[in-house]
Amino acid sequence: MGTPTATVTLPNDPKLRGDVVLPEQTEGREALVRGEHDFHSITEMVCKVNEAPILKTPNGFKFGIALAAAGFAMFIGYVGYLYWEGPGIWGNNNPVGWAWDIVNFVFWVGIGHAGTLISAILYLFRQKWRTSINRFAEAMTIFAVVAAGSCVVLHTGRIWMDYYLFPIPNQMGLWPNFRSPLEWDVFAVNTYFLVSLLFWFTGLVPDFATLRDRTTVRWRRFFYGALALGWRGSMRHWVTYEKAYQILAAFSAPLVLSVHTIVSFDFAVSQLPGWHTTIFPPYFVAGAIFSGFAMVLTLAIPARHWLGLKDVITIRHIENMNKVILLTGTLVGYAYGMEFFMAAYSGNQYEGFTFLNRMGGPYWWAYWIMMSCNVITPQLYWFKKIRTNVKITFVLSIFVNIGMWFERFVITVTSLHRDALPSSWEYFVPVTEVFFLLGTFGLFFFLFLLFVRFFPVVAMSEVKGVMPQANPHWEGYGHSHGQEHSHEGHSHAQHDAPAGAVPATAVATTGGHS
Amino acid sequence: MSDRKLWGVLAQYENPHAVMHACERVRAAGYEKWDACTPFPVHGLDKAMGVPPSKLPWAVLCVGLIGSTFMLWFQSWAMGNAYPMIVGGKPLFSMPAFVPVWYEVTVLSSCVTAFLANWIMNGLPQPNHPVFASKAFERVTDDKFFIMIEAADGRFDLERTKTLLKDSGATLVEELED
Repeated sequence: MGTPTATVTLPNDPKLRGDVVLPEQTEGREALVRGEHDFHSITEMVCKVNEAPILKTPNGFKFGIALAAAGFAMFIGYVGYLYWEGPGIWGNNNPVGWAWDIVNFVFWVGIGHAGTLISAILYLFRQKWRTSINRFAEAMTIFAVVAAGSCVVLHTGRIWMDYYLFPIPNQMGLWPNFRSPLEWDVFAVNTYFLVSLLFWFTGLVPDFATLRDRTTVRWRRFFYGALALGWRGSMRHWVTYEKAYQILAAFSAPLVLSVHTIVSFDFAVSQLPGWHTTIFPPYFVAGAIFSGFAMVLTLAIPARHWLGLKDVITIRHIENMNKVILLTGTLVGYAYGMEFFMAAYSGNQYEGFTFLNRMGGPYWWAYWIMMSCNVITPQLYWFKKIRTNVKITFVLSIFVNIGMWFERFVITVTSLHRDALPSSWEYFVPVTEVFFLLGTFGLFFFLFLLFVRFFPVVAMSEVKGVMPQANPHWEGYGHSHGQEHSHEGHSHAQHDAPAGAVPATAVATTGGHS
Repeated sequence: MSDRKLWGVLAQYENPHAVMHACERVRAAGYEKWDACTPFPVHGLDKAMGVPPSKLPWAVLCVGLIGSTFMLWFQSWAMGNAYPMIVGGKPLFSMPAFVPVWYEVTVLSSCVTAFLANWIMNGLPQPNHPVFASKAFERVTDDKFFIMIEAADGRFDLERTKTLLKDSGATLVEELED
């Protein structure tokens, strides 16, 4: 074996490690990656989070994960209580009893949708800015769907009978009712979870390989080595890999729309006033994207601050996401108005009552929380000053999360608590279910924090791929004399570029041809 | 070490531009058993190397169609033949109600195929590879670009191959053992 001259060195330049805070640029169109980064400094910036020794985990992080673990423990405890006592703990004497799980299910699955939108739809539209937030958002999708899935799995009450949801041959020769929206939902959510997981893992493999190649710690080498599947960055592999990634994106994009459409069918196919409307599928999809982008911001803003990722998750990314929130928030506001219009225009007294009851009935407070958070909040994003203000954006994103949770609460609960049978009219007050909601947050954040600690939070290989120096014909490499199409042009000189790729400013120093 | 077999030669390049031109030269020299390894897919490098387009979409199409057809048939069989059930006054073969599950299973079968075919066609997982013995190669997933030419290639000649790689702008040339 020849003598290796290139050794792995860890530069301690804080600027390249992303520790130095550059001034936020709010004017003009900002580059996707700020500062003087080369490929190596991107690797450094992302990997330093994962490579910090376990014992040197920051105290803030330990506190966060302890809090999340406590929530997760509460979730497990609640599941045990449900298993022990049965679904009677929700109160079975009114039709709203199971509503809480459905509210949480729709809330969580909606949050998940932004992740797929960022990773798949923006990928197909060649929106390169997605590369620094997609890993993040996909992880959010997976964990949100886990939280959503646990809500539906538990809302059946007898959780040990859940296998009946799947078409498994049984001694009764009975199959699930494929004409039921609830069965559609089983297929939609399971497909969504599995496809998101495969998509996420496919994207992670090259980055796992990076962590594998850099580490000197035995358990990390084993852990990341197993996850990296022996990836060696072969161009022959990349060709198939990119094709697979494209196909997964192309299927995920309509999948995400279909999943929330089917979730809305759970309501729209029934005949309850307030649910039985054709506007539900597009309205639910817009709401899902709206809430999901808000959740991405809620997670990304602290993460870019604490993990030192401000150079890859820039103000431009935040502004773009705010624009999506503005658009989808306005669509949601339009849908609210249109629901009222249809209730009035149809002349149906039950429909009319439902909507007036939402506004001024026993649950008026939920309705007005929803309206103020979902309709007014996003309109503030018309102002560039607000769109590009990180602190305000963070606060508003939380408002949107709250508003969207209440939207599902309003839809589910207000229609059910005044259904067609007045004897079952009741004011629904959750008691133990609150622990369940908090528990799903614990579950979500526990998984998410583990992800942030051990998995690369930014898709390094993709970010490198959108940097200007990733293009072989980038001007920094000098003019290529059209050689790239000729196999005879063997006048190539030594490309004695400096070690590492080339910073964006060092245009004139590289790629000299003699 | 001396009794170990030579597997091939590894060359390191510093940027996508350099590796692309080197690939063109290696290809023009007529090598067949060789590869380029990069931290990210360098666009145009597959053409410079002469890598044919992936056949993966065909696998996805075939399995996707099979999954899709199966699920449509299965729903109509389960609802109409195995245990005929009339729900909501709909006919036994109530096509519109079968669309959502039909669609989801089409997506599921296609995506699982795309995922599995990606690893199968690439021969992964592969726990070890001669190239992993190189210390320099650890930066292939970071910021360096590599070309490796296998000794099994018909045109392989240790000195000439090394010269070719050095001339094409390699900053480091190493021999790899099997």
